[in-house]
Amino acid sequence: MLEIVTFSLLNGVVYGLLLFMVSSGLTLIFSLMGVLNFAHASMFMLGAYFSYQIGRWIGFWPALVIAPLVVAAIGALIERYGLRHVHRQGHVAEILFTFGLAYVIVECVVMIWGRNPIENRVPAAIDFPAFWIFGTSYPAYKVLMMAISVGMFAFLYFAFRRTRLGLVIRAALTHPEMVAALGHDVPRIFVLVFAIGSALAALAGVIGGFALLTEPNMAAALGPIVFVVIVVGGLGSIGGAFLASMLIGIVQTFAVALDYSLLDLFSAMHVTLASDSPFHELAAVKLAQAAPMIPYLLLVVMLILRPRGLLGTREA
Amino acid sequence: MKADGLAGAAADRPPITHALASLRGAPWLAAAVALAVLPYVPGLDGNFGRSLLSQMGIAAVFALSYNLLLGQTGLLSFGHAVYFGLGAYASIHLMRAIDGGLPIPMPLVPLAGAAAGLCFGMLFGAVTVRRAGVVFALISLGIGELVFAAMRILQSFSGGEEGITANRGLGPHPFGFTFGPQIQVYYVIAFWAMVSALLLAAFLRTPVGRMCNAVRDNPERAAFVGYDPVRVRFVAFSVAAMFAGLAGGLHALNYEIVAAEAVGAGRSGAVLLMVYIGGVQHFFGAVLGAVVITWLQASLSDYTGAWQLYVGLFFIAMVLFAPGGLSGLLLVHRGIVRSRAFWAVLGAYAIAAVPFTLAACGAIALLEINYRRATQPDAGATVRLLGRNLDTSTPWPWLAALALLVIGALLLRPSLARVKRAWTEASEQAKSPAAPRPAR
Repeated sequence: MLEIVTFSLLNGVVYGLLLFMVSSGLTLIFSLMGVLNFAHASMFMLGAYFSYQIGRWIGFWPALVIAPLVVAAIGALIERYGLRHVHRQGHVAEILFTFGLAYVIVECVVMIWGRNPIENRVPAAIDFPAFWIFGTSYPAYKVLMMAISVGMFAFLYFAFRRTRLGLVIRAALTHPEMVAALGHDVPRIFVLVFAIGSALAALAGVIGGFALLTEPNMAAALGPIVFVVIVVGGLGSIGGAFLASMLIGIVQTFAVALDYSLLDLFSAMHVTLASDSPFHELAAVKLAQAAPMIPYLLLVVMLILRPRGLLGTREA
Repeated sequence: MKADGLAGAAADRPPITHALASLRGAPWLAAAVALAVLPYVPGLDGNFGRSLLSQMGIAAVFALSYNLLLGQTGLLSFGHAVYFGLGAYASIHLMRAIDGGLPIPMPLVPLAGAAAGLCFGMLFGAVTVRRAGVVFALISLGIGELVFAAMRILQSFSGGEEGITANRGLGPHPFGFTFGPQIQVYYVIAFWAMVSALLLAAFLRTPVGRMCNAVRDNPERAAFVGYDPVRVRFVAFSVAAMFAGLAGGLHALNYEIVAAEAVGAGRSGAVLLMVYIGGVQHFFGAVLGAVVITWLQASLSDYTGAWQLYVGLFFIAMVLFAPGGLSGLLLVHRGIVRSRAFWAVLGAYAIAAVPFTLAACGAIALLEINYRRATQPDAGATVRLLGRNLDTSTPWPWLAALALLVIGALLLRPSLARVKRAWTEASEQAKSPAAPRPAR
């Protein structure tokens, strides 16, 4: 039992950090520009595909750096030559633009790499057991995933809190007009933040690509969960996004590991449910089967009980 | 059209009957006649044509219900398929009960879908319509995923990915109609589509329908006038869900199978594309979008696996350049259609169409060659395009396509300037102060 708990906790933290890398960029973009970026998970997917391709050409370590930079450039182009023009028409048009973009990016990925999952294996450089617990090895690449995401946040935190550029960005989050009046180029800050957010998502894609399956569907699979994270955490709150990422990552990982259903709970409480009852099938659903529903249930419960999210300041 | 007239008449009769009576008869009669005649028009009178028409009818009802949300109430939903799919499930279960001996004629089955749509719309609407805008969009997405995941788990109710089936040919046969042949199903769909369109158009003319627009444009003012925006949104959401459920019922009747994808994100996205491409500002825009996208889906998917890419690019182009959608593009011409310079505008269009076609052909050729080689690597280097075999291991097909694209794009600029000049002249001749600006 302790073994399951330890491994689930470790895997949950890795998954949660991955979620946070994607959702922190999304919530940053949302709080600065008010844009709900539906193409954000596509950036995650592009990161995975680019790192696979670049990794095949020149190796994994350069790919780890180059792939997020390429995606950052793509993000900057999208903001500069797409979103900025739609901005005048309001937020709904912006959402729709990114929504259409997500469609197109998926099809472009299919056009280049095909419709089937690609063989994005764990690179040999990091494919060894990092340590042993309970007689089972824990792979090094998961440790690397943890290290990279924690390192990235330390870097970002420092950049935001201790540099002049970070100060300007933080000011533009809350008072864009004032920042512009002081002579700063706010549209350029938009481009920069969009690029940073995209790069974060892409970095998560690089290290998550071989842990999850690299396929054209991966953006559509991750996108809704990331949206849940930013609503549950509180729209625009980075700290809330972190809490929500960890919560969802750990709860979902535990749910997958636990092979119990309500029926088991009932029988433990010496209650029996007739097998012809309409609720029998519902109660027989294993927790592991219901795991995909958990983030969305959390979303609905959160909206009923606490609409502004865990750490949100404004009511959702 | 005046709101005060409605309020006075509402005292003795239900607002919806008054609104129905206020609809102009001629366009609706024309639409009814068109629906009746279409399956016998040459080209559409085969099996393919009639099933295409049936699909268009289903999509039109679904799109009209979605337009009540997006166009009229300003609620951007990414989970409208939930009500479509749950309506479809309710209907298919009713059909199975009829197969088992329940004496209800099949054409009434979509009513079960409408009832299910309404119930679930009220259930989920109570939680989701408190805020509009971005937050509503996010919640609708979450509920869509929740219901989709639930449908995949509850196998005995939903059949999961494989779905559950029923037979529409059983049950009572009024006047000898078995509802087996496609043509009879088509007329059932056409009937319900007509009823839905009439009711939805009438709904928009009732006081609460008017308040939907007010809540969309300025919820605070609507609240000050004494209408709770949340309640107005709730009513609009429930009605939209009801008609989505009806469309789902038609879907069940038409295909005799419902699977988990009926509630999925793909279908929710598709209806958004339909309504936006058709145009949200006009009632018939949703129908236009449903017809165009269904037709594209059916015809393009025969030629290319990349049809979703084209639909996506089309959608982005609409968002960027024509936020009024296809119906908006058509209707901006209303102001200048009587001016003498209108023919010059059409001429400029014809000229601009040449470089546009060149560029489009080049782009499509490039995309197609790429797509085939990526998705069917075993098929070799020969790609069949427009009836010709191209050997893509040589650079020539690529260069030719690229040349077409570049030449077309270069020529497009001056020809668009010509369109703009013709437009300016025509709108000056039309002399109307409200003459619409040229659509780029």
